[in-house]
This record gives sequence, C-alpha cells and structure tokens, in this order.
Amino acid sequence: MPKRNDLNSILIIGAGPIVIGQACEFDYSGVQACKALREEGFRVILVNSNPATIMTDPELADSTYIEPINWKTLKKIIEIENPDAILPTMGGQTGLNAALDLDKFGVLKEYDVELIGATKEAIDKAEDREKFAEAIAKIGLFTPKAGLAHNLKEATEIRKQVGFPCIIRPNFTMGGTGSGIAYNTEEFEEICERGLDLSPTTELYIDQYLSGWKEYEMEVVRDKSDNCIIICSIENFDPMGVHTGDSITVAPAQTLTDKEYQHMRDASMAILREIGVETGGSNVQFAINPENGDMVVIEMNPRVSRSSALASKATGFPIAKIAAKLAVGFTLDELENDISEDGIPASFEPTIDYVVTKIPRFNFEKFAGASNKLTSQMKSVGEVMAIGSTFKESFQKAIRGLEIDKSGLDRFEKKVNKSSLRAGIISPTPDRIYYVAEALRMDYSIEELHTMSGIDPWFLKELKEIVDFEKNISHKDFLDNKEEFYKAKKMGFSDRKISLIRNEKEDDIRKVRKNLKINPVFKRVDTCAAEFKTSTAYMYSTYQDECESNPTSNKKVMVLGGGPNRIGQGIEFDYCCVHAAQALKENGFETIMVNCNPETVSTDYDTSDRLYFEPITLEDVLEIIEIENPDGLIIQYGGQTPLKLANDLEKFNVSIFGTSPDQIDLSEDRARFLKFVKRNNLTQPPNGMASNKEEAIEIGNEIGYPLVVRPSYVLGGRAMEVVYGADDLVNYLAEAFQVNDSNPVLLDKFLDVAIEFDVEAISDGSKILICGILQHIEQAGVHSGDSACSIPPYNITTDIENKIKNEVIKVIKNMDIIGLVNVQIAYVNDTLYLLEVNPRASRTIPFVSKALGMPLAKIAARVMAGISLEEQNILNIPELKFFNVKEAVMPFEKFQNVDPILGPEMRSTGEVMGIGKTFEEAFEKAEIAAGVIIPEAGSAFISVRDIDKQFLKEIAKDLTESNFSLVGTKGTVRALNELGFQARQINKVLEGRPHIIDLMKNSEITLVINTTEGRESIKDSASIRRTALEEKICCTTTIQGAVAICKVIRNQLDWSVQRLQDIH
Amino acid sequence: MDFKPAKLILKSGEIFSGINFGSSEPKIGELIFNTAMTGYQEIITDLSYTDQLICFTYPQIGNTGVNKEDLESMTGGCSGIVIKELSKIESNWRKDNDLSSFLKEKNISGIANIDTRKLTRILRDKGSQISAIVPEEYSKKQIEALFDSFDGIKGKDLAREVSTKESYIWKEPSYRKETKKNLYKVVAYDFGVKHNILRLLVDRGCEVLVVPAETSAEDVMKENPDGIFLSNGPGDPEPCKYAISAIKKLIEINIPIFGICLGHQLLGLALNLKTKKMKFGHHGANHPVQNILDNTVSITSQNHGFTISEESLNDDVIVTHRSLFDKSIQGISSKDGRVFSFQGHPEASPGPKDIQNLFDQFINNMHSQNV
Repeated sequence: MPKRNDLNSILIIGAGPIVIGQACEFDYSGVQACKALREEGFRVILVNSNPATIMTDPELADSTYIEPINWKTLKKIIEIENPDAILPTMGGQTGLNAALDLDKFGVLKEYDVELIGATKEAIDKAEDREKFAEAIAKIGLFTPKAGLAHNLKEATEIRKQVGFPCIIRPNFTMGGTGSGIAYNTEEFEEICERGLDLSPTTELYIDQYLSGWKEYEMEVVRDKSDNCIIICSIENFDPMGVHTGDSITVAPAQTLTDKEYQHMRDASMAILREIGVETGGSNVQFAINPENGDMVVIEMNPRVSRSSALASKATGFPIAKIAAKLAVGFTLDELENDISEDGIPASFEPTIDYVVTKIPRFNFEKFAGASNKLTSQMKSVGEVMAIGSTFKESFQKAIRGLEIDKSGLDRFEKKVNKSSLRAGIISPTPDRIYYVAEALRMDYSIEELHTMSGIDPWFLKELKEIVDFEKNISHKDFLDNKEEFYKAKKMGFSDRKISLIRNEKEDDIRKVRKNLKINPVFKRVDTCAAEFKTSTAYMYSTYQDECESNPTSNKKVMVLGGGPNRIGQGIEFDYCCVHAAQALKENGFETIMVNCNPETVSTDYDTSDRLYFEPITLEDVLEIIEIENPDGLIIQYGGQTPLKLANDLEKFNVSIFGTSPDQIDLSEDRARFLKFVKRNNLTQPPNGMASNKEEAIEIGNEIGYPLVVRPSYVLGGRAMEVVYGADDLVNYLAEAFQVNDSNPVLLDKFLDVAIEFDVEAISDGSKILICGILQHIEQAGVHSGDSACSIPPYNITTDIENKIKNEVIKVIKNMDIIGLVNVQIAYVNDTLYLLEVNPRASRTIPFVSKALGMPLAKIAARVMAGISLEEQNILNIPELKFFNVKEAVMPFEKFQNVDPILGPEMRSTGEVMGIGKTFEEAFEKAEIAAGVIIPEAGSAFISVRDIDKQFLKEIAKDLTESNFSLVGTKGTVRALNELGFQARQINKVLEGRPHIIDLMKNSEITLVINTTEGRESIKDSASIRRTALEEKICCTTTIQGAVAICKVIRNQLDWSVQRLQDIH
Repeated sequence: MDFKPAKLILKSGEIFSGINFGSSEPKIGELIFNTAMTGYQEIITDLSYTDQLICFTYPQIGNTGVNKEDLESMTGGCSGIVIKELSKIESNWRKDNDLSSFLKEKNISGIANIDTRKLTRILRDKGSQISAIVPEEYSKKQIEALFDSFDGIKGKDLAREVSTKESYIWKEPSYRKETKKNLYKVVAYDFGVKHNILRLLVDRGCEVLVVPAETSAEDVMKENPDGIFLSNGPGDPEPCKYAISAIKKLIEINIPIFGICLGHQLLGLALNLKTKKMKFGHHGANHPVQNILDNTVSITSQNHGFTISEESLNDDVIVTHRSLFDKSIQGISSKDGRVFSFQGHPEASPGPKDIQNLFDQFINNMHSQNV
C-alpha cells in the first residue's frame, strides 16, 4: 500500500519557542518530517513561531509561516493555503493542542482538512487520563490507582482512596507543569490549588505514588497495516518520582529479562492499538515493582517526543522521518532503513551493541530561591547523550559532556558530613550521583544505597566499579602500567579525571597515554549490531580493538557543536552549526560534526558527511582531530562550549577557520579589551575592577551609581546584578561570593534608560557587511538574551543608525575578524557606548537571517573557509519591508518562589519572532507567540520608579484612550494626577490591606506595569510579579516594555499572516 | 571472583584475548553471533546451539542472572559464549543464580572482554567460523589437537545426540498461566526441543507426548495423536534420514503437522526440497518476516544456520513466509495447509511473540481434522 494519492498539501505545526519540556527535539522531528514529505512530492506548509529553527529555513517547506501557534492564526493560514491535511504529531504538546483547538472551533470541518498521524479521538484518549485509564483497563493492563478532581473537595475524596504519598498532576499541561508529590495534607492542598489554576480544563489527576518502582519507556512505531515495531527501550536510572525528562536514562533497558521485556513490548503494542494510533510513533511509559515484577502503565504520548529523538539518536533509526511517511499511507515494509546497506526495510527492530546514557542539564543556579529537588515536574533545560561500549564508559562520557565543570564522578570541594550525605542520597537532585559516589567511597553497601535511593542495585554496582577503580588510578605505578591505564580508559575515565585523581596535569596524563599508545577507536552506529554493512559515518569513541572510522583524504572541515542546551546557549547555536555544515558541504568540503546533544538537527546522521557523537572536551575533540586530520575547525558557531577550547586547540597546532583564538581572547579578556578600547579611542561605560570590599566601594563612589557588578570569572550561575548605592553593593559582595585577588569583582557604570543595540556583521578581512541593527525594547540592564528587540530599529533616527554603523565598522577594522561578529552598543544622552564585541555567532543570527532572508551563518562560514564576500557575490543587505520583533520566553512558572523580574542575568529558555507591517503589529505577534495575553480592556496597575515617570504620560494616554482605568501606588498616582489622569490609589503589600495582591487575585487587574530598582524594593514588590505570573495577568517589568504594550493595546490590529517565501 | 586469562581462536587465524568465566574447560564449536539484546539465558540453554559458540553482540551480559523459569532445556545448549562484559551483580526479583556459576554447572565456557563488534564483523564477512575458547597458556599443539577433534556442523546429525532417550509427557504451561483441559493429543518429535514450544502447546490445551528423534511413524501413530509437532534442533538436517522418512510417512497419513526451525527443514526435505548451509545464518530477535499471503510483517526470533534452498522449490509446496532481511524462505506449507512449518521461532523465548498465531493455526488444523 504505497502513499495516499488523495493528499497534495500538508500543514506541519511546529512546537514554538524552546521552553522547559519542549526543546529542539521538535525542530529535529519537524525537519525530518518536512524533508520526508517533500521527498514524496507533497506541498508542505509549515508554521512555527521560533525563528531559531532549521525547520523555518525557507527552503525546507513550500510555504513557511513564522507566526504564533494558535487556532486563530492557523485558521488564517489554512484560509490562504487550503491544505488537505494537518500533521500535528511533530510539534510536541503545542502541535497537538493547536490541532485539537482547530477541531473544537470547527476549522477542520469548515475547510475540510484531515488530521493525519493522530486522530482527535486518539489524542483525546491518550491525553485525557480518565479515558486513558479506561482504555488500559479494557486491555487487561493496569494504571496506578487514581481519580479526577475538579475542585479541592473532590480531590480530598480521591486522596482518601489513593492514600499517601500521592502524585497530583493538572490535566493538559506540558512537561508535567504544576504536578507534585504530596506526603501530607498541607502539601496536598498546596499542590492541588496550584494545579487547578494551571490546568486549562481545571482538572487534576491524583495518582498513587509508586515510590521506588522502576521506570521504563518504550518507543513504538505502527503503520496502517498494523505492523508494530519497538525502536528502543529506555530504563530510568532514577526510580519513579522524577520526571523522565529530569532522570538519567539508559538505553536499552538493562535489568529486564526477556520475559519481562516481551511483556512490556506486547503491552506497548496493545496500548497503541487500543488508543488508536494508526500511523506513526508513540512512547509508552511503564513502572515496574522491583519486588515482584508487577507492571503499571504510566502514560503514552501519541506523537514524537523528546524520548523518540533520544531513541532515534541512540539507535540510528529516524523515527520522525518514518512516522511522517507512515502518516501519508506507507507501510513499514515499503520503507528502507537507510543507515544500513543491503536493502534492509524499516520494518525491523533496531538492535544495538553499545550502551547509551542520557543525563539532563539543569540551570538552578540562575533562579535564586528555587529548590533543586527533582520531582514529577520537569525542570531540566537540556540534556546530553553519550555512547559507550559499557554503561560505565557512556555514563562517564555523559557527565563530562554536560559542561558543568565535572570530568566524571568528581568529589565535592568540601568534606560532606553524614547528614548531608544521607539527604543527598535520599532526595533526588542533579547532585545525587555524586553523593552516591561519595558514599561508595565510604564503603556504604549497595544494599544500603539501594534502600535509601531506590536506584537499582545494578546501576549502583556499576558506579561502585568506577569509584573502586579510582584507587587503582591513584596507585603510584599506575602511569607505568599500560594494562591498568587501558582498563581505566575502557571504564570511561577521561585524562582530566585521571589527572584530578592523581593530582597531576591533564597534559602530562595525555602524554603518558600517547606514549603508551592507548588510543580510542571509533565504532559505528548502524541499527543492526554489525549484522549488515553500513556506509553511514555515525560514530562514537570507545576503547576497544578495532577502529571503523575509515577517514577519507578529502578536503574537510570539522564543526564543533554546542553541547547540551542550557540557558544562554540553546538552539540558535545548533542552527548556526548546521548552517556551517550545509554551506561548506555545498562548497565541496567534507563536513564533520562533533556534538553530544541528542535533541538537535546537528546530530542527525545526514546533516553532515560524518558525525561523531562525542562530548565537546579537549581530549575527545583532539582524538577525533588525530583520526580525521581536518583542514580546519569551526569553533565560533557552537557558543561558549567550543570557544573555550580555542586556546588549547591552538596549542596543539589545530588549524582554526575564521577569527583567530588570539582575537577571540582579546574580546573576552577584560584587561586586553580595555587596552584595545583606549588605543582606538572608543567609549565604554566607566568601569573598574576591585579585589576587596574597600576597593569596590571606592570605585563605586568614583564612577557613581547605579553600577552593574559581576565576578570577573562568570561561572554558570554567578549573578550579575545592578546595584543602586553603597549599601546594595556591600550586600551584593557579602551574599554573592568571596572577593579576593584571584577572584576580583568588575564594576561598570549602569547606563540606566539607555537604549541598547545588538549589531550583527560579517567581515572577510577586507569588506565589512553590517547585516542588521537590532534595537532592544527593554532598556540597557536587561540581558540581551532576555530583551525583546526589533529589526529594523523602531524609534531612532537614521542619523543615530549611521553613527552606530560607523562605530561598529571602526571596531571591526581594528580587530582581526574573519566571519561573524556581534557588537553590543548602548545609546544615551547622545553618546554611543561600546558594551561588548563577540567575534563569533551570536544568539540573534537565526532571527536576523530570517528577517533579512539571508543565511548569515552560511555566508560567514564560507568567509571563514576563505571565500570572500565578493566571491560569494554578497555585496549589500536588502531593504527591510517588514518589522521583525524577537521576544524572549521565560521559564518562571516552572520555578516556585522565583521573582519573575528581568535583569542582567539571562534566564529565558527560548524566543519567538513576530513579523508585521508596523512595529506594533510585529510586537503584538511576538507577544502572542510568547504566550503573553495582552488585555483589550480593564484596569491597569502602574507602579514605576522615579526615573521611569517621564514615560507615564505616554502610557496613561494610550491606556485611558483605550478605555482602561488606572490603579497605582501612592507615588505613581500622585504623578498621574499631576499629569491630569484619574487613578485609584491602592496599598503596596507592606502598607496594609486591601492591597494590590488582593485586587489581582480578585481579577480586578488586567495589566501590571511594575518597574523597580534597588535590592530592597525589588524584594518588596516580588509578590506582585509572582501573583501576576500565577494569575496569568499581563505583566511588564520594564518601562519600554510597558510603552510597547500600550501601543499594541491602543492599536488593536487585526493582523495578517506573512508567507516567508513572499517577503524576500 | 578471580578470572583467568583465556583466548578465543578462530580457524581463520584471528586470536582474541580475554578472561574466562563459567566452565574453564577448553571448548570448540562453530562460532556464530546473536544480536538479541535480551534473553541470554534462553539462548544459552537452547539445544539448537549444540556444538556452537555464541558471540553476543549486546555488550553487557548477565545483568539479570539466571532463574528457574526461563530455561529452554535441562542440559544447557551451546558449548561456549563470547561477550564483552560480564555483569558483576544480578538484579532481578526472579534471579536464582549468577551467570558464571550457572555456566559452570552446565559445563559451558565463557570468555569476556572481547571486542565483540570486531568479531561480529569478521563473522559477517567471512561467515561462521570453527573457533575455540582455551586457557591463555594452552600450547599450539593442544590447540591444533582441539581443532582436529572438530570438523564442523555440516553433515552432522546432532539432533539424535541431544534428543530425549525416553518418551515423556510435558505438563508445564507458560509462566503465570494456568493449565487447560487437554483437548488435543500432540506427539512432539524432540530434535532438541525448546521448552517454550511445549509450554505454548500446553497453554492451548494440548496433551504433549515428547518422543525421541528416531521414533518411527508407526510408533507415533500408535499413540493416536491429533497432530504431530517437529521440533527445533541443532546441526545439519540432511543426515537425519530416519526423521525424514518418518515425516514422509506421516504426511501421507494426512495428519496435521507443524514444524519449527530444524523441524521446518526436515519437513522440507520430506517434501523433496533441499537444504543448504548459510554464510552466517540468522541469530537474533529482530528479524522481519513477511507473510506473503497477506503481506503482514512480523518481528521474529531467529536461530538457524541452514535454510531451504530456493532452487529446490516444487509445485507441491507453497512458500508462506519470507525474511525481509535476505528474502530467504521462512515458511512453507502443503497445498491444503494441513502440513506447515516455520524457519524462525514463533515460540520466541527469547524474542517477540508476534507470530505465535502459528500455534493457533496448528490447533485449528487439528480441530478441523477432528470435525
């Protein structure tokens, strides 16, 4: 049964911005789906609001819409494009929800559009927990004891039957948002109340909590002829209770006999059949009682998921691609498994001959006040995957791929006392494995640790073998003993880890290893455990006998990827890496990709000619270079991860394409950069460096407040902060960290109310191309990654624009830049200040590329490989016909007790783009796409700091003329009155009741404008912002954000959708 | 545990160094690779692997230990196993023993720390190899003598060796299943039968009499059976002349017959087809097989080194199934469907149960015969 002939055009719904629980795995699946369907001759229409995706590259679909993902926008697109079908299973929960809405509001019926891949009934049955439980019972399987509640009273009734501990999950929320485990009535009521709020249907599921049960996942694919295959089984290292996205997971399952595995396999297939997933991929989650093997079904997703991306990368079987083809009528036996030769069909089950470990990446340090305890609500922002011959090897590789400054099961800096050790083992946190390792060093038994943590003894024993071998490594003769050294490498110990254990230099360890001729080999991922030949170069390193890398002698370039997603380094960098590979492939290079992030397009085996699925560390990268001997490396595209290796790589005489490590260092090293600024008569905000409190205060007084303060070595979460006076500064110094000679603090004059610009440029050494000037909406002081921005600038004169251009050209001319460069500039009081120069791919490259219709990363990659702009015929930048606004998406709702205020520390997880004929239209679209609901009427609460009162008139005018009433705190009301506006005065929280929070909770406020400064007043007003977040009230914490929102309120346009291919 | 160094020597010349576990006796056999990720216990105890050494492509073996329910024979099947890493702990609520001790009891030798992927690639390219697991210190002379003592599986009637010497009735159903009333009497020829086949027959209401490989057709018919089952087993089917002639007679009697694996090959020979040795055979749990009558695809468990040859097909035989890996014949049937067989392992254990309906087909055949 080949493909359906009754379909011509198919609409694919993307997943929107990167948020916790929905990351770039959906770009990977969407890209595969687009390619697969176009390969079969379908006209593909794509919608996604996320510009940093490969899927929204205009050449991937016939019609591409970068528009908000909701049923109303989709309806407009359907009206124009008239698709025959919608494939909603590639865009995560966002895609499914949008499709369900299209059905609910009659759009599917009206335009006669069919859902393919998953029917409405199947989605409902899988997502609605009550229907799901019924379906599972019908096929003789079990779900945990549970019930559905619509209010607290019902919840309490159900809780009595289910008992404690129980797990509470709001219905239809993504990534398990709002769910939690309750051990007592108080916790129970707290979680229920929050959950009822969060659930769009005001429904809660209350389930028996399967504490200590083992958790498994099965990735299943089914076609319309009822052929069903399992792609991969996954076993969670952490027992039930930790969201599977936050768990360390291992593929394939390690502790099941065949009888149990087959039981789970049969159950998975029965579930797909009962739920009615007729074509495509799904994942099914199970829990198993380790005492007796009892099995319950936890949930299933009738779509591709984060786990299916992992399973695809872990096995080499492209689930999304196959699922897309099955959705249009193919059967598995009609499709080929293209990773292997010999014409093997897709209707088989991959078998693997290695072990895969995934470890999630967290960013708790960026959210002051958030607990790092792992629960059933997902909090990780990214993940790494590692492949090794054994669990031990893959586990240690995964840890060093995480980029958390750990090279294995590293010890804590300080001695851990007994009670914190116990707590660290019992309570699941990202650090649990290090506590377990510490306990193993202290001779805790496996039995004891199993009882405390619930982690399977098999995994604990593996960790014990790693820890035990540390003794062998510290033996004085270890470095002379080739056999022992080889054993250590086989177990996954990195040179750096060995150097830490032995207290020697990594470089020396490496030299000894090279002298002993201990080198890794590279094996291939082929879906079939070598039963069939493969010509696909998808590889991992391991310490075994035979190397299968077979490098070529072609002209080749190696691209280093960005490692795990985390805040500050996300999909944008993967986008750039993919573009580098694509561009240089077109120009005749053999392309080699190195990365360890399973969610990405870069780690798809057909993105580059050769893929090494490896951690981005010096050791791992050098080994690949030794084998491949590339003509050049691109390290400027993967964000900080590869950039950090620049100097070391240069020491090993590795040829690096583009801007040299020396020039990168010039821009990153503060002292060198200062000299550069002086030498070239550039202007920077006044600044200084202090190595103790007294010095800091002195410099503070000299420069004047407010100041931006930060440690000179910014480690992951070490906060950058704005301080408004000496008291603030002293508090910061006391709280944030220890200042001393080796860890000085940097102080910069904070340019309050300055307008900030990001400028993107490409230089080939002779010609400089200014690609775009991005004007931030929020003023300086908000991290550029968290600020909305517009290209072209929306309210500055061409004169200023030209000044900025000239300034940037001056900077670039005086540095030696080949490739991309990002320059950050602030403008205030008629002066331009140079903030930063980043001679590398920046976060906004994909956004600007989409706005211009020019693939900047590709152009710059060619420049880096020696092809000048002129040779590429890139002479100028096209005139922009539309305004393009980028808005950041914040994860505050996932972290309780965190103040959702924007500041100098980046905390957004993703971004969206709005394209409009006017700035207001583009801005409104971006806000909607980011999930902000801008109110049309109601009451606006305004409380702004003094310096922002200059904008009050503008705001108040827009609001009152749009029939808003105004509410404010004392000072703001007085200011409003003086300007001639009526406003109701309300108490601040500390001024007694009723206060502003009461109004907000009583739904009397529809818009919150709250700008504040100083540590104390920020603390005092945090509850306003937190309440706004929880009550879903539109809230802005910057005055420029407020101005922009009020413009939108005033204009209230009925905007249109823009086809990307028509814009350029 | 203290492991002694050992070597794996291939007839083609390659030598791999590793450590010995299980029995420490030197072992020689035909080395094949199996790609199943679960079910090492079932594989090791499957008599079809008699005189073979099994290389597991999955790297970590022994994780769940060994239990009482998952045995496929009482004696143990293969001569030795080759793995990458032996688990140092067993984690499963059903475990009774660790793998190494179990192998020692069954006199099966193991060698670990081998680059099993390299080995698999050699076997894939060069075909199955006669190989030996020997202690590190084994001399060249001893090795030569060991290789001289074994001349491969081709032409060898191993079924006779491993078959039961006495008939017996099998009563045990599958794990966690209840016994049913006996509705059909089945005589099962034991050429090395896997226990799970017998369990599945019992699950479906059969009284199963297991008889030695050399039992004559006449002796079988004296039992007044409703159907005949031809089991799996090791070795080359061709030398099993006694079985082939018995099956020929049974075909003529018009009684329902169902064969699996070696039983399938023997049925083919009885239907005047021919068999041949494969390059490295099929050994795994992920093999797609298509029912060419209705195009459905099943994922099956496979373990065979011989196959029915394409050229020998005749008009009396219908090909019912083919492998989607190499298009080889996987199922045959008489024109009326009363006599049929399958090359792979519908009884799974280990592996997927997708094609267990073949057992139902056999039951249906017996049912219609009775009606």
